[in-house]
Amino acid sequence: MKNWRNHLGLIIPILVVVGLAVWPALTDSISAREQAFTILKAVALASSLNILLGYTGYVSFGHIVFYGFGGYIGLYFLNEQGWSIWASLLIAGISAGLLAFLLGKAILRLRGGYFALATIGINEAMKALINNLDIFGGAVGMTLNFKVYKTYGGAAEALSMAFYIMAGLALASIIVSYLVRVSKFGLGLLAIRENEDAAEVMGIVAPDAKTWAYVLSAIIPGMVGMLFFFKNGNVEPHVAFPLHASIELLVMVMLGGQGTVLGPILGAFAYQGMRGYLVTSDIFKDIQLSVSGAVLLLIILFIPAGAVGWLRNRFAPLRRVLP
Amino acid sequence: MTTLLQIQGVTKRFGGLQALTDVTFNLSEGQIMGLIGPNGAGKTTLFNCINGVYTPEEGKILFQGENVTGSKTYNMARRGLARTHQIVQPLNELTVQENIMAGACFGRENHNLHNAAEIANEVMDFVGLDTRTDQLAASLNVAQKKRLEMARALAARPYLLLLDEVLAGLNPSEIGEMVETVKKIRDRGITIIMIEHVMKAVMNVSDHMLVLDYGQQIAEGTPTEIANNPQVIEAYLGDPELAKKLMGDDE
Ligand SMILES: Nc1ncnc2c1ncn2[C@@H]1O[C@H](COP(=O)(O)OP(=O)(O)OP(=O)(O)O)[C@@H](O)[C@H]1O
Ligand SMILES: [Mg+2]
Repeated sequence: MKNWRNHLGLIIPILVVVGLAVWPALTDSISAREQAFTILKAVALASSLNILLGYTGYVSFGHIVFYGFGGYIGLYFLNEQGWSIWASLLIAGISAGLLAFLLGKAILRLRGGYFALATIGINEAMKALINNLDIFGGAVGMTLNFKVYKTYGGAAEALSMAFYIMAGLALASIIVSYLVRVSKFGLGLLAIRENEDAAEVMGIVAPDAKTWAYVLSAIIPGMVGMLFFFKNGNVEPHVAFPLHASIELLVMVMLGGQGTVLGPILGAFAYQGMRGYLVTSDIFKDIQLSVSGAVLLLIILFIPAGAVGWLRNRFAPLRRVLP
Repeated sequence: MTTLLQIQGVTKRFGGLQALTDVTFNLSEGQIMGLIGPNGAGKTTLFNCINGVYTPEEGKILFQGENVTGSKTYNMARRGLARTHQIVQPLNELTVQENIMAGACFGRENHNLHNAAEIANEVMDFVGLDTRTDQLAASLNVAQKKRLEMARALAARPYLLLLDEVLAGLNPSEIGEMVETVKKIRDRGITIIMIEHVMKAVMNVSDHMLVLDYGQQIAEGTPTEIANNPQVIEAYLGDPELAKKLMGDDE
């Protein structure tokens, strides 16, 4: 850390997440913790999606499938097999990554809109499949055995622990995002985003690079899903695979700035702030998703690079500081 | 002299269109080969067959003695082949330096980012893009984008460099600079195939030339032999503009 300015792109996001993580303890407020939990969850998911969407240039409309699938698998092992929360988180991440690996082999050869469509199809197919699997409780889903909370010192303790694990996942997602962005692997992804054919001509093995980007973008969402269902105490197919949540993630990434480390974090903040306002407002509470759709449209039309991207374009020196 | 590239009976069709018919030649290490022919002759298609964008329907391509017919483009890059595109393909939202670093990182030598940055700096000096390091590739003009293509290819430190009309769209002084650059590249020991319509320039730099017309290889030889070959002149006479150029009237 000779020159701390060169690491601002990592330091700022870390400060943001650490701030969020300590804020509820400082204010000693449960509702602050709930709010912070939602934002941290959004940060973790949006930062992960950014690896695929922002760095690699592949628009996934169904990224929530990894959250749902990983979450289901993790909760199953926690609840039915008596695994610890740590082992369950691990299996949630691994199974989401594995799913991405297999899916990637099949659909990452599709480009543009075809890929986006395929990701929606996969999310819906997975929801239908889980709906019919008896070991996962079918349409009713699974309810967490109350004994599980006891293992972690009772419900209150368990929920507080879930909060700090979520902060850890958000932090991990940012560090992964940053490391990818400043690595050789990341340069290959950016090249694919800019021009996949030219990238291959330069020697970038695009099929492999894309697959690994997809896997990396899926692992943390799988763990986040598991943690969320643990905190929620139950899971049902329609809660695990909500298509609109995928789209909300896209809005966050686009709003903050796709392809930058800081962008999705700011986007998650801004979006959750807006959402919090909308769902409590009398006028907007029923049309909250329409407003999100309109926001997405406005971003695409007027600031396609997102907030951080716009700043980078405006002020060239920022390009080195905010990767 | 060792043979770097062997093209044996390469034939490529697009539906009913015969883009290349039975093209056969050998290329020795350290040479500049000029590849000329009227528009639509199949020159770019030949490049695309060599670097793996297309797989020829018939024939074989040997690179360093190994059969590479139908190899993927990225495998050809790793073997030491680099190219520029007739229609420039910059990585628009990346800086000039990042574009060139990508060439060094994923080409034959597979460098890490640190070394790639050094190679990029060196190559930027070499092609005259050193004042543009942090500029986005999208913001370059055409001549600069052509240099960028060239720089990216060079940063890969290839054995064989395929240049597709790097002089097109440049003004006479830019052409002069680019020709000097090409000669310097050859002096570094890199073998080059150069597609070009600017006849005076390509005749001037080539050790050896090959002429395509409607996918057929109609002549091969030294620049002087080619300039005096009646078949070549006839092929170009179908296109008065190019015939004029062949006669040395470039501007
Ligand atoms: N992908 C493709 N599909 C169908 N036809 C193609 C394709 N690529 C090239 N062709 C056709 O093959 C022929 C040879 O094209 P090519 O681009 O190789 O010519 P060229 O010699 O490079 O011409 P120019 O000097 O104009 O660049 C042309 O008739 C072209 O229309
Ligand atoms: Mg051509």
